[in-house]
Amino acid sequence: MDLLTEPFLFEFFRNGLYAAAMVGILCGVIGVFIVLRGMSYIGHGLAHASFGGAVLGYVFNVNFYVGAAVTGFVAAMLINLITRGGKIKADAAIGIVTTAFFAMGVALLSKFRQFTQSFEAALFGNILGVSDSDLMIVAGVMLVTCAAIVLLYKSLLFSTFDPDAAQVFGFKTDLIQMAFAFLLALAIIASMNVVGVTMLAAALVIPATVARMLTDHFGKMLIISTLVGGLTGVAGMYASYHFDMASGASIVLFGSLVFVVVLARNSINERLEFRQRHHHHGEIAHSHGHEHDALHDHAHNHDHDHAHHDHDHPHPHPHDDHHDHPHPHPHGADHDHPHHDEAHGHGVAAVTTPTVKGK
Amino acid sequence: MPALIELTDVSAGYPNNPVFTHLSLVVEEGQFAGIIGPTGSGKTTLLKSILGTNVPHGGTVRVMGRPVRQLPPGSIGYVPQLETVDWTFPVTVEQVILMGLYIRRPWIPWASREEKRKVHVLADKLNIGETLHRHIRDVSGGQQQRAFLARALIADPKILVLDEPTAGVDIKTQHDVLHLLAHLNEDGITILLTTHDLNAVASHLPWVICFNKQIIAQGEPKDIFTKDVLERTYGGDIAIVEQDGLLLIAHSTPFHGHPKKKGKNGPVDRTLSF
Repeated sequence: MDLLTEPFLFEFFRNGLYAAAMVGILCGVIGVFIVLRGMSYIGHGLAHASFGGAVLGYVFNVNFYVGAAVTGFVAAMLINLITRGGKIKADAAIGIVTTAFFAMGVALLSKFRQFTQSFEAALFGNILGVSDSDLMIVAGVMLVTCAAIVLLYKSLLFSTFDPDAAQVFGFKTDLIQMAFAFLLALAIIASMNVVGVTMLAAALVIPATVARMLTDHFGKMLIISTLVGGLTGVAGMYASYHFDMASGASIVLFGSLVFVVVLARNSINERLEFRQRHHHHGEIAHSHGHEHDALHDHAHNHDHDHAHHDHDHPHPHPHDDHHDHPHPHPHGADHDHPHHDEAHGHGVAAVTTPTVKGK
Repeated sequence: MPALIELTDVSAGYPNNPVFTHLSLVVEEGQFAGIIGPTGSGKTTLLKSILGTNVPHGGTVRVMGRPVRQLPPGSIGYVPQLETVDWTFPVTVEQVILMGLYIRRPWIPWASREEKRKVHVLADKLNIGETLHRHIRDVSGGQQQRAFLARALIADPKILVLDEPTAGVDIKTQHDVLHLLAHLNEDGITILLTTHDLNAVASHLPWVICFNKQIIAQGEPKDIFTKDVLERTYGGDIAIVEQDGLLLIAHSTPFHGHPKKKGKNGPVDRTLSF
């Protein structure tokens, strides 16, 4: 128990813990949209761009956070603008815009030779130096972001899943994109001093990726990602204290560990399910089919020859790139499995092996 | 019949590389029309111009008498190409259909009981009631198509626009989808779709627009599915066969893929594809 309570005697740890939990929640919420939009690299890029803005703000005597926020937002808008024509892809635009802002920050630092402690904290994270005002900023950003995500839930969900259709159905997708870029910039500057620019991408992506591996439901993914983010922050902080490691690194390492555990669990489940589906009955090897409803038309190959009972259901699937069918996929009336039905007593329709979520 | 969709002198695509220029087209209320044309002919750009997701750089697009962006939300139902959908996205069939109602209460993150009831009624009508709680990836191609159709229909649109609704599904599903659309059209919905499937168009659609960067011809399939029109639309050699009152269209092209092989009846140097 001391392991949990002892660090609490120190104010720096309490502040750090609160900050880490809130940043974890923040990154968990925002990360869902980053991962689902295929923008994982943008968190990394915008964090670097914000760093450039923070230095710029310092040189011109503007608040650290204001400089970082403005640059992060401007960088996000520039990336959007550059990619709009379709000729330049997002990864190239992110690489150019955000690195240019980061380079500007580095150039200014080298020019003015004032590499202060706060910039080192921004680069590598210094959660133990979190002040009360830092805590207030992180709490404010977390509350604003969570409120915005609740209010924009439908807009963000629809425009992330199918942006063209969202526009046709009446959503102002440009405005939604802008609002999301603003929230992302806020999240990045609030998290920068805690996990550091160099670690931020992982803090944004890991909770959402773990959540995606655990559920196929968007709402649940959002909740799981938020919980994983918060818990990772807290656990990472304790690890940082007990193992005397940099806090940003320990948060990311703990998150990576959670990712590996969930990945292993999914992999084991998939193997077990595969064995259940392709098991042997004496000499006869067979696999369980998957249900098809009355209107099954996946362009599945339904010309199976079931005489040998070792069919593996080749699916010439129109969406081959995403189909890995770890789930029971009921076959329907069209299928003729007399041997299965009669000899083994399990009909063609229902296979109740557990579903393994994830891609 | 009054014009429901009206394009006048429209140019679209990239300003320095337009996909089509000076295009004028009228779709009347109650029409069930299919746009056919080869890949790259500009069918999707034309649809996007009508939907307002692609802003033309010349001319005007008016839907129900006003610019498309000024239409009340839900006036147009849209079904995208299934190939463009991200099937790994964590949504259920029910969530996909509910998206069609999102704009009505955009700030409330949950669906009302009435909205859920409406989804269930429509899903039952489209024979996908039992799939509502399944992940969208885990249902068949026909059910996926119906889920997106339900999303398009749930807000009671006047116009239904579908991008390649017969692509990636088998012949039975193509038939079912086109029949369903015909019923919806009978109920008063104006339908405009794009397709590559000439035979499905010939047998199911009452009005066809042959398109290849311009309108080559439009009319009833029996009138415009002529060798001349189809060859001007697609290029190459087109054969048209009429059997039992049905038009069968075949694209007969030289086969360049492999060295000539000898078949039972001599050298095989052409393919006939339906």
